Amino acid sequence: MSKTYVVIVETKDGKLRQVSLEALHTAQLLREDGDQLAAVLTGHQLKDAAAELVRYVDGQVLVLDHPNLQAYQPELAFEAVTQALAALPGEPKVILLGHTATGRDLAPQLAAQLACGQISDVTAVTKDGVNLIFTRPLYAGKAFEQKSLSNGTGIVTLRPNNLPPASPAATTGNLVPLEFTPPSPLRTLLKDVVRKVSGKVDLTEAKIVVSGGRGVKSADGFKVLEELADSLGGAVGASRGACDAGYCDYALQIGQTGKVVTPEIYIACGISGAIQHLAGMSQSRVIIAINKDPEAPIFKVADYGIVGDLFEIVPLLTAQFKEALSERTS
Amino acid sequence: MHVVVLLKQTFDTEEKIVINEGKVEEDGVKFVINPYDEYAVEEALRLKEAHGGTVTVVSAGPERAAEALRTALAMGADEAVRIATEAIDTDEYGISRLLAAFLQTQNFDLILGGNFSVDNGAGQVAVRLAKLLTLPHVSSITQLSVNGERATAVRDAEGDAETLEVALPAVMTAQQGLNEPRYPSLPGIMKAKKKPFRELTLTDLGLSDSEIAPRTQRLGLSLPPARQAGKLLAGSPAEQAAELVRLLRTEAKVI
Repeated sequence: MSKTYVVIVETKDGKLRQVSLEALHTAQLLREDGDQLAAVLTGHQLKDAAAELVRYVDGQVLVLDHPNLQAYQPELAFEAVTQALAALPGEPKVILLGHTATGRDLAPQLAAQLACGQISDVTAVTKDGVNLIFTRPLYAGKAFEQKSLSNGTGIVTLRPNNLPPASPAATTGNLVPLEFTPPSPLRTLLKDVVRKVSGKVDLTEAKIVVSGGRGVKSADGFKVLEELADSLGGAVGASRGACDAGYCDYALQIGQTGKVVTPEIYIACGISGAIQHLAGMSQSRVIIAINKDPEAPIFKVADYGIVGDLFEIVPLLTAQFKEALSERTS
Repeated sequence: MHVVVLLKQTFDTEEKIVINEGKVEEDGVKFVINPYDEYAVEEALRLKEAHGGTVTVVSAGPERAAEALRTALAMGADEAVRIATEAIDTDEYGISRLLAAFLQTQNFDLILGGNFSVDNGAGQVAVRLAKLLTLPHVSSITQLSVNGERATAVRDAEGDAETLEVALPAVMTAQQGLNEPRYPSLPGIMKAKKKPFRELTLTDLGLSDSEIAPRTQRLGLSLPPARQAGKLLAGSPAEQAAELVRLLRTEAKVI
């Protein structure tokens, strides 16, 4: 019997999110000949995103475009996706989402509603015959487990930056606009959104992360790290020590408490490398450590280490990277 | 107001992981209240101090989880409930149903939990529970105020701050930055010994094994390959910076 793989797609600033393309790739990988691929897109003013999305999905692209869906709201998003799933023929085999602020909130709601299993924060996917095997971290990456879903529908959330993005499909999908009926009465109301990270690269999706620890010494000290991150199109992170000391917002914390990141390049500046921090960044592709203390544990996991004063080294690196990148583009 | 806190006992985040016969070794490990749940306990205590009422801490866990519940009682919670899971093999689906079966019999204005547990890290149970109890929820909160039958919470959404107004009763999960949890005081520890502590089984909750059978299966467990220490660069700061950029380009090939 043919099965349907459904991707719940997210947009950011009107564009498809990278992690959604990664989820589409995963759905393409999981399905067998004859299986269907479908995508659900909810939000407002989705014309461009929907036009882009049909290139990746050779099946139904269900679109719910409504002013009330402009910003993510737990009840409204759940209702919109539930209405979309009801419009699909048959029950989905796997529903895929990004393990993002939205996915983390939406997926367990769907899992409870569908009384099904959910495998969160998946970093790798393989097939053993027709069985799907999902790898995910435990203890923020100090260990990994392989899991499978029981029969029936299952839900999977994917960690950004770990699976390749989808390529356009051979045939274009069918755009299916659906009417959205907001639930009433609403019990949660979004009153205000303060964009603190607008225009910046999201930490968990960044290809390059420049991270600071207690060695950065002050909130002001993070400016040199921001300049380095900006020159590389990366994001700034921090250790627990730096957050606890009040140098930066907890939203930037990387570690077993905080976020887990897996960028191409991780640059640790003034971070000693406590085990709880290492759990959050050890899966990065290349790790660079800059620290005054040659005995700092961070050097044990770093591919390249520089023993020295970060306030001297980091601006030099910014200049070097700028030069290297301008050579490449010229 | 009556606040219920969902609590899990986890490994201290400084612990290393050792796998023995296909299981994570627990011998000699220091256990703590899951750090995110600790924020939830603290927030519940602050609400009680501001508005009066009670705080009940609930954990679905093995026998050792009783210690984490006792710590929460010593911090100031009034009552603890452990739903015994030592004879149960289940997942987030089953755990959320266990908790729902218990909470359906309780009166409360608010359920607080952690944003996720630092061991399993799936972040499913509290949100699933909200749906099972047909309650509204706000996940990952960094601020909370309660005004009668409504609460206002600030949600951390990848760094952006969203303010939501919610009708109570509701479920909320704590993010870092919500508060600074207190330490149990010595009198608190003494008092905790006399506070009500209930232990419940599946039968007490009127559930059968099949009703909480897992919907996911673990096939394997492994440690990630250890990273090897790389090279320390040499020379003046300027030379090291130049060498690093060169190596990233020619050796690591990442820029």
